[in-house]
Amino acid sequence: MRKTFHWRNIYIFVMFILLYLPIFYLIGYSFSDTKTMAHFQGFTLQHYDDLFNDTRLLQIMLVTLLVALLSSLLATLIGTLGALWINRVSRSLARNTLLSLNNILMVSPDVIIGASLLIFFTCLHVQLGFWTVLLSHIAFSVPIVVLMILPKLDEMDKSMLDAAADLGANTWQTLTRVILPYLTSSILAGFFMAFTYSLDDFAVTFFVTGNGFETLSIEIYSRARQGISLEINALSGILFIFALVLVIGYYFISLHTQRKRNR
Amino acid sequence: MKRLLTFIITVLTACGLLIIGSIHLQKNQHIQSDKILNLYNWGDYIDPQLIKKFERETGYHVNYETFDSNEAMFTKIKQGGTSYDLTVPSDYMIAKMKAAHLLIPLDKSKLHGLQNIDPRFMNLSFDPHNKYSIPYFWGTLGIIYNDKFIKPGTIQHWQQLWSPQYRNDIMLVDSARDIMGMSLISMGKSINTTNPATLEAAKQKLDKLSPNVKAIVSDEIKTDMAQNDAPLAVDWSGEASEMISDNPHLHYVVPSEGSNLWFDNLVIPKTAKHFKAIYAFLNFMLEPQNAAQNAEYVGYATPNKAALRLLPASVRNDKQFYPDLKTMNNLEVYKNLSPKDVELYNDLFLEFKMYNK
Amino acid sequence: MKNKYVQWLFNLPYLLWLALFVIIPLLLIFYYSFIDLNGHFTLANYATYFHSGTYLKMTFNSVWYAFLVTAIALLVSYPLAYFLHQTKHKQLWLLLVILPTWINLLLKAYAFIGIFGQNGSINTFLSLLGIGPKQILFTDFSFVFVATYIEIPFMVLPIFNNMEELNPSYINASRDLGATSWQTFIKVIWPLTLPGVKAGIQAVFIPSLSLFMLTRLIGGNRVITLGTAIEEHFLTTMNWGMGSTIGVVLILAMVLIMMITGEHHRKRR
Repeated sequence: MRKTFHWRNIYIFVMFILLYLPIFYLIGYSFSDTKTMAHFQGFTLQHYDDLFNDTRLLQIMLVTLLVALLSSLLATLIGTLGALWINRVSRSLARNTLLSLNNILMVSPDVIIGASLLIFFTCLHVQLGFWTVLLSHIAFSVPIVVLMILPKLDEMDKSMLDAAADLGANTWQTLTRVILPYLTSSILAGFFMAFTYSLDDFAVTFFVTGNGFETLSIEIYSRARQGISLEINALSGILFIFALVLVIGYYFISLHTQRKRNR
Repeated sequence: MKRLLTFIITVLTACGLLIIGSIHLQKNQHIQSDKILNLYNWGDYIDPQLIKKFERETGYHVNYETFDSNEAMFTKIKQGGTSYDLTVPSDYMIAKMKAAHLLIPLDKSKLHGLQNIDPRFMNLSFDPHNKYSIPYFWGTLGIIYNDKFIKPGTIQHWQQLWSPQYRNDIMLVDSARDIMGMSLISMGKSINTTNPATLEAAKQKLDKLSPNVKAIVSDEIKTDMAQNDAPLAVDWSGEASEMISDNPHLHYVVPSEGSNLWFDNLVIPKTAKHFKAIYAFLNFMLEPQNAAQNAEYVGYATPNKAALRLLPASVRNDKQFYPDLKTMNNLEVYKNLSPKDVELYNDLFLEFKMYNK
Repeated sequence: MKNKYVQWLFNLPYLLWLALFVIIPLLLIFYYSFIDLNGHFTLANYATYFHSGTYLKMTFNSVWYAFLVTAIALLVSYPLAYFLHQTKHKQLWLLLVILPTWINLLLKAYAFIGIFGQNGSINTFLSLLGIGPKQILFTDFSFVFVATYIEIPFMVLPIFNNMEELNPSYINASRDLGATSWQTFIKVIWPLTLPGVKAGIQAVFIPSLSLFMLTRLIGGNRVITLGTAIEEHFLTTMNWGMGSTIGVVLILAMVLIMMITGEHHRKRR
């Protein structure tokens, strides 16, 4: 037992080094006194100074986070309802059709989704901007949420539902008291995946944005022609540290409240 | 359930804070809704200080939006739903946009300082009499080499790239027109050839280059060359100047037998709305002082003759980026080919890439 | 009866999403796949796809690389999910696995270019060992490595979630009955976590089919996939017809995969 414990920790340790290697590399270069990520030279905080004076970039960062949070929240809502529906469908043909339709946006390359959504929005004469970007992000995040929730839902013991019904619970009560608590970890997983998709998306956003609205990905990709400045590294560094503190903080606060409740 | 509710409330609170924050930042930028200019440009393709200066001098607010390829920009403008006032397509794309009726003619009576532009860069095939466009930057396609691996002066011609001594040494820019064009020039043909047999021959010649090719990438060539990762690259002059400023071991050569001459020009797309702001901006950018400042920031060659005089002599006389007359005469501008011909170029290029495997 | 209406009210948001953002784009793609460069109806796009060796080879390449990436990601992620599941602060560790995905893909790719480069960290290390610099960037290895790196969190998450509801009493029962750790794993843990594995495979394999950024940045365009071709048809050639045709083929391939992985799981119950 002792030996396996040892190996387990080494494996986790190596994997985390691997997962974080490129990120530390990026952050390291944000302190380099050069223009690009070529050779590290001298220590400077110049890039951070540039960043805080670049109101445009900061504004872009804020709206990017806003779109990501809002879209993943709504996508999680729609996706959860969708998973509940698919789970209830018992005929395998109908179920498979629904699942295939669900996955279409995942298999379609971003360019195709972006181009067809652009055609769709312009047909409706919608002004491109914040709302079209938000809608599109919701659109492509829903399938991943469904994929995250469905397996757990399928594994759910149906006798739990029967028991709830026997005790006289109505649909709403069954949902909020039995199903949703059971699904919590999957729902949160779906939210985080949707959040990831939204933050990373370039192609879809590019097509459906306009009228002065830009996200961080668009800015980063279009800067590539001139070479990405280390200002972007500094921004990533700050966002990363912020997210890290947030995640750890959130975890320990929830741990604390849980313990209190258990007492 | 409680955990989920807390989570939702947390997320919504965060959204609220973000909205407040972004409104606060927007206020700091002093925007009046009617005095706006929507500029649709390549990323980082203008000195941000110039935008600030323009805003200070004229009171217009510039919305700077970015794209990363001519074709993507074309799709956006064509579909509408946006209100871009100015954009910066390359030469062949100007012809394409013109053909698709996406451009608004310039009102020359409102322009001051057009005579500052070098006549050599005016009235070109893609836009006769500059009815629609004003040159913004120009450049060439050439060879970049690293003097750590290759003795300066050895590389002069395209044909030398095929030499077996450069096995697995060359980075190519990921662009069908440019790489097919390079092969065509090395065969003594025009880069605007549409003869299928000639193009097939050019592709077969490229296949022979395959063992020498290290990778076919785009913007990343800069990083790789700056890190001394490869001795040779084929890329545009603007990219080359960026690389050289990062790594002094690099040099740029435009083969004298010929190459591509490209332009990025300012045009008014049909989505434009704020015409007063547009002409204020065009005139602002035509001023030699501003054009020179922009050229120094971006690092590309300026077509503004009066601005060129304001640049340091070391830049002005740099043969790498302002080639001599003899080479200039051999340079060719891309013509806008029919979709079918573009397809042919791209299919052949794709086959060449697959041949790599 | 009232219950039925409430039921459909719950389905409505998802149904709307399906109609607006799946069915309509799907029809558009399907329509475009029959349109040629001049805007006329044609079957030529499909003919080109199935007759030209280039596209068939590309299809094979895509499936092969997606398979490699999925297989390696599974091999690496399953133990990671399993071990993380046993740690004390498992939820925190899981969040830390997801965290790297919030940094932009392009930036991470650039970091890998720096790490794998001729004078990058790895080659400096190899030189110190006396092996000398090796060409790592622009090889199949580097492409598969980075693609797997990107996909690992998407594989870990569903597997981990599935392990969460693994009833410990099953494992204890298995141990009590005298099964070795290996037997317990094969007979009890693996079958019970299979749904998570399947979700992971779907979340990784399907998007891997159409990777395009990494093929250029890390693979140096020496690896060409269907995603690359679609990208080119939409953004360079502007032949949306041909691009859509490849898209339709991809979607059909996905439906096929869903049929294979989804169906017999249901039947067994």
